[in-house]
Amino acid sequence: MSIGFQARGPAGAARTHTAPPMPSTPSVRHLPWGVLGPWLALAVACAFFASQSERFLTGENLSLVLQQVMVVGVLAIGQTLIILTAGIDLSCGVVMALGAMVVAKLAVEAGLPVPVAMLAGIGVTCLFGLVNGLLVTRARLPAFIVTLGTMNIAFALTQMYSKSQTVSNLPDSLTAIGNTFALGGTQVSWGTLLMLALYLVAWRLLADTAPGRHIYAVGNHAEAARLTGIRVERVVLGVYVLAGFFYGIAALLSIARTGVGDPQAGQTENLDTITAVVLGGTSLFGGRGILLGSLVGAVIVGVFRNGLTLMGVASVVQTLITGVLVILAVAADRFSHRGGR
Amino acid sequence: MTHSTRRWLLSCIAFAACAASAQTEPVIGLITKTDTNPFFVKMKEGAEAEAKKAGAKLLTAAGKSDGDTAGQIAALENMASAGAKTILITSSGDAIIPTVKKLQAKGVQVIALDSPFDGADALFATDNYKAGMLVGQYVKASLGGKPAKIATLDLFPGHPVGAQRHNGFLKGFGLPAADAKANELSKDPAVVCMSDSYGDIAKGQAAMENCLQKSPDINVVYTINEPAAAGAFNALKKAGKEKDVVIVSVDGGCQGVRDTAAGHIAATSQQYPLKMAAMGVAAGMEYAKTGKKASGYTDTGVTLIAGKPVAGVDSKDTKVGLDLCWGNK
Amino acid sequence: MTRNDSAPLVMQAKGLTKRYGHVTALDGCDFELRAGEILAVIGDNGAGKSSLIKVLSGATVPDSGELLLDGKPVHFRTPIDARRAGIETVYQDLAVAPAMSIAENLFLGREILRPGVLGTWLRLLDKRAMLDQAVARMNELKVGIRSMTQAVETLSGGQRQCVAVSRAAAFAQHVVIMDEPTAALGVKEGNMVLDLIRRVRDKGLPVILISHNMPHVFEVADRIHIQRLGKRAAVVDPRVIGMSDTVAVMTGAMAAEELAEAALA
Repeated sequence: MSIGFQARGPAGAARTHTAPPMPSTPSVRHLPWGVLGPWLALAVACAFFASQSERFLTGENLSLVLQQVMVVGVLAIGQTLIILTAGIDLSCGVVMALGAMVVAKLAVEAGLPVPVAMLAGIGVTCLFGLVNGLLVTRARLPAFIVTLGTMNIAFALTQMYSKSQTVSNLPDSLTAIGNTFALGGTQVSWGTLLMLALYLVAWRLLADTAPGRHIYAVGNHAEAARLTGIRVERVVLGVYVLAGFFYGIAALLSIARTGVGDPQAGQTENLDTITAVVLGGTSLFGGRGILLGSLVGAVIVGVFRNGLTLMGVASVVQTLITGVLVILAVAADRFSHRGGR
Repeated sequence: MTHSTRRWLLSCIAFAACAASAQTEPVIGLITKTDTNPFFVKMKEGAEAEAKKAGAKLLTAAGKSDGDTAGQIAALENMASAGAKTILITSSGDAIIPTVKKLQAKGVQVIALDSPFDGADALFATDNYKAGMLVGQYVKASLGGKPAKIATLDLFPGHPVGAQRHNGFLKGFGLPAADAKANELSKDPAVVCMSDSYGDIAKGQAAMENCLQKSPDINVVYTINEPAAAGAFNALKKAGKEKDVVIVSVDGGCQGVRDTAAGHIAATSQQYPLKMAAMGVAAGMEYAKTGKKASGYTDTGVTLIAGKPVAGVDSKDTKVGLDLCWGNK
Repeated sequence: MTRNDSAPLVMQAKGLTKRYGHVTALDGCDFELRAGEILAVIGDNGAGKSSLIKVLSGATVPDSGELLLDGKPVHFRTPIDARRAGIETVYQDLAVAPAMSIAENLFLGREILRPGVLGTWLRLLDKRAMLDQAVARMNELKVGIRSMTQAVETLSGGQRQCVAVSRAAAFAQHVVIMDEPTAALGVKEGNMVLDLIRRVRDKGLPVILISHNMPHVFEVADRIHIQRLGKRAAVVDPRVIGMSDTVAVMTGAMAAEELAEAALA
């Protein structure tokens, strides 16, 4: 789009302001802690655990950590998108579990072809995303309340649909993505690669496309976005539905990893994803954050759980440390923003 | 007499008859931790069947999740005002104790099922310590003297059942361990890894993976329940170690017994929620009829279900296990 | 310098009426904006000033009356309609996303996309082009902000106002409307913004300036539209009329008929 705008006055054409754009001298406060912080924390944690156990930095161990976090990791993509619009989704884990039960039951008990069952599961999670999005945009209810409600609804539906029984004996194609292949001496899981690929794609789309920037604008200042012509309702609704799609992918990964459709799955993941997003530097107020940060946040939690077990430390310490990290992450984010007012 | 007057008279008589019978039919309440865990579903079924047989009216309720004591407290109060003279409850936590005391002062009998709490009139529960001991003895015997490197996949800190099963297992294995009253998990050099599984398959899998990384030569895995055991099996299979490692568990749910029959789990201690419920209803009927309360602790039984029997340890096979299991057959 | 009446009419409204329940906000209001001028719109609370501006910027649809742009009738149903017609509005709260950069804010909602499939299907941004154009536009208007990639929230109030004004000036084809641009600014920053407004006019864009800051109005306006009781009370020439008389007409202390012929514009 060109700007049709001619310089007219006598001074305009002859004189151009030639001062080049110069960044101001960065102080420590202005370093992008929101972006650097999570990576720094991860590096420090890895260095520490490597010093405590020679088994930590092996390819095999790190590959396991990635497999352990891949479900929360993919869920966190959707959660990050929603939190960027200043919303939140408390239902992501149980919606994923519902999707997983749909896939498992359709494939095993109804005997449907696996791709059909997979699509049905993703369809269910997208539907919940749509419901969440409509309640937030049309009924104008706060996202916290809406997703609190759909969390309970999804959980109840999962229990009723599955009669609280796990479904096993899944066909091989359903668990195929949990299989590993050899990469330079270690076993890497296809599911891990899928998670990494999804993150890379989503990260660039958020950063480099117009719809991606609109998501940030809506979260940062919805009224401003509306006044510049951005269809705010459409952006928010789209984000919830897209998140639902990622929850469906996470459901497939969950099935592939455990080998069963588990109706009790996903209950702690509701908050685990928010932890990953916060540790990754995304602001709960919306409009700020890097998607890759959520991956780092999820990996940090996995690294601590793995590292502490290798050290023989009680797992309750891991929960304590996660809580401390969350507070540090939010504090670091506020510290780096206080300078710019 | 007009048609409408006759109808009115008939309904009065019917109402009076109902009211009269309602006064003689004992009301018993059952409050479980959740109504989604198949363990409690089986308990509720057992209670309903017994109540029907005995001619009692059964009220049921559950918390929203394990630990939802607020929901259980509300249910206790509601059932008492609905006329329940005996309430059976699987306690989610000690927060219910003051309400229980209040109701007992009003003459309500409150019996603990499965999970003990202080001040209950009686307790009908699995001896979780014994359940752990049985699988511990089984593993010790099946190892036949080989040195053991043990991993325990526990519940989460502070839960009495988690501690009882864990410590019972160590005791049964022949290692020094705390007694059944302790809430803390005992340690021992033979236990090379202790991790929390929260009784969940995915978390059990991650816990097992991490333990294996720490000590690749683990050959015994104790798990708090069968979902955790399923997760442990997944991890071992991925590492190619499922044939070298013995997994034992507690619960005796139908899925778990199936896993035992398939060889994923070597042995599991089966518990009987149905029996707990039946005993509880019987105690309620006794109290209603004779005014005599139940008391003390009654062991509702635990049976070792093993895929392969082992010398010196009493066990039943998986066919028996499937007959008696709770959950979806 | 006297304003000449022969400058063409860019925007004209006749007989605008708008009622909200029992309240009549606009009561047959007229309006004229000439090319190359800064027209200040002043009025007391309840005079219909904001309703008039809302009609002109497309935020409100009048009950009756007509609106002409370059002599042709137009009907705006939303502010975006007005924007498409070439009318840009700088709102009182600026409508900028504080966490996003100056360049991003300049093009918010109308981003420059990469050519070809990347632009039409993926809607990939041409960030280089947006940055270059942002620098060019700001330089043209002599806005002295160093980096276009810094976040708007790192700027002072006056600088943010300049960003918002530059955005409107960059995209406007006919008219720029500014709502209280110097409110909440200190003396130095307020003057900086006034300079910018003059440069916008000098580039050929007429400006409608809503303000209650009389000194600023008198400093920068070519004509002043006085709104009173839902109608246009008078249009005066700030070089002739005094500030107190203007305020008197605005509050009704003086009738517009009492004004000298020379004061009218």
